[in-house]
Amino acid sequence: MGIIKRYHYQLDFYSINNQTKNKQMKNLVILGAGTAGTMMANHLHHQLKQPDWQITIIDERVEHHYQPGYLFLPFDIYSPTDIIKTIEEFIPKDVKLLKQQINKILPKDNIIELGSGDALYYDVLIIATGAKIAPEETEGMKGSEWQKSVFDFYTFEGALALRNKLRDWQGGKLVVHITEMPIKCPVAPLEFAFLADSFFKHKHLRDKVEITYVTPLSGAFTKPKATEALEHLLDEKGIMIESDFAIEQVDNENKKIIDYGGREIPFDILVTVPTNKGDALIERSGMGDDLNYVPTHKATLQSKEYANIFVLGDASNIPASKAGSVAHFEAEILTDNILRFVKGEPLKEEFDGHANCFIETGGGKALLIDFNYTHEPVEGSFPFAGIGPLRLLKESRMNHMGKLAFRWIYWNVLLKGTHIPFVSATMSEKGKHYETVQH
Amino acid sequence: MEKTIAGKTITVNEEGYLTDFNQWDEKIGEALATEANITLSPRHWEVVKYLQNEQKNQVALSIRRIGKSGLVDIKEFYQLFPNAPLKTATKIAGIPKPASCI
Repeated sequence: MGIIKRYHYQLDFYSINNQTKNKQMKNLVILGAGTAGTMMANHLHHQLKQPDWQITIIDERVEHHYQPGYLFLPFDIYSPTDIIKTIEEFIPKDVKLLKQQINKILPKDNIIELGSGDALYYDVLIIATGAKIAPEETEGMKGSEWQKSVFDFYTFEGALALRNKLRDWQGGKLVVHITEMPIKCPVAPLEFAFLADSFFKHKHLRDKVEITYVTPLSGAFTKPKATEALEHLLDEKGIMIESDFAIEQVDNENKKIIDYGGREIPFDILVTVPTNKGDALIERSGMGDDLNYVPTHKATLQSKEYANIFVLGDASNIPASKAGSVAHFEAEILTDNILRFVKGEPLKEEFDGHANCFIETGGGKALLIDFNYTHEPVEGSFPFAGIGPLRLLKESRMNHMGKLAFRWIYWNVLLKGTHIPFVSATMSEKGKHYETVQH
Repeated sequence: MEKTIAGKTITVNEEGYLTDFNQWDEKIGEALATEANITLSPRHWEVVKYLQNEQKNQVALSIRRIGKSGLVDIKEFYQLFPNAPLKTATKIAGIPKPASCI
């Protein structure tokens, strides 16, 4: 049976890629054409060229969404056309784009089984299948009130449904909620609360809206200095915070969320970030942890189990933020490591967990944070020490302009794998106000 | 910083978590539980030992994982260690507060 199956793969492989096989080309396959996968295709096609290498990227979707834009959709700051382009326009011509569903990875055989029944052999595999919301993990979340008074803004559909609701909402209890960590872009729910404050002020409805921020963490954020700054902002904007809340269920009938300790929080609108999980493909392939993230070496980005598999962006289990900036910094280091791997050289253990995030705080201002595995976000200047022009961990208009400019940078620089001037893949400690040496 | 508890001196961080598990013993565990207004029953001890073992094996602790451990469900975990069970239980167990990460 095993042999027959194997033959089947070989035959299908010939049918998909006979040209490559005949020329003894090697195959590098990228799964997922989101932020991370697209960047890798753009980095690597300059380096791994035909006739020695064929790069293939597989994704069943047609559209590439600028995911940070989902935050702005509900408040009518961006419209759908601002955040959607096609996947195709960002994939280099010499990279083969397969618009197909991926059924399974067979890591021991170096084979990708496609939804069509075809199979594809790889020499090197990059997994960039991302993370997705899983509201079904929480009892009642996807119940009768889903997209009526219970919303997410981590999907295009969710953000759009919420926009339509907020357009005519006349006020009440707005609860912004995180189900459990880790989540993509951990600052997004805070930004949502800040932007909601600003939005209702602008509509002269702020006194009719009670905003509560509910989190499973002990405070507003995961790192102490940033938590302090952000809690101050929440307080200043009259946003209440309920911490250490581990949700058990959404009570659709009585419109409240209830935690395992019995604590209840009523809502008129619940904006929740459901549990985030890696792609179901990872589970089908038996390669994930309990949230479908692939165990990955945090400094090299190589899979812990398979030497020829690398994992980039939200799909991995490394303890870095699940954010586009992280994928961008990872991509620069991973490109080096893949080139080393194919030459049989030792990998560089260089990735330091570098993340760089703008945090919209409403009223045309934003904060900027820059941090890594070992250094929490602190105050200072960025990217030029002592000069800026961006200020770290302080609200400013310049930071807000940076956040808005970032959409242009995303489409025109980041996805194309161009290095962003003055911002290095590993974090710089210069210009940052650390009190003590951290570990 | 240093702290005297159950007749012994231990080193704790600013949130009161032991910085060196070797300093931990059951008496200290009991005293830390008393500080959290918890009297440890055999069931509490099963959870504490489980957490210590997971820590030893370098498993990242989370409420989800404990709920799936087969030892306690999340509801019971909350009954045993009310309010913030993972934070309280790890403090009593003498292991670091789980990094809820990023």
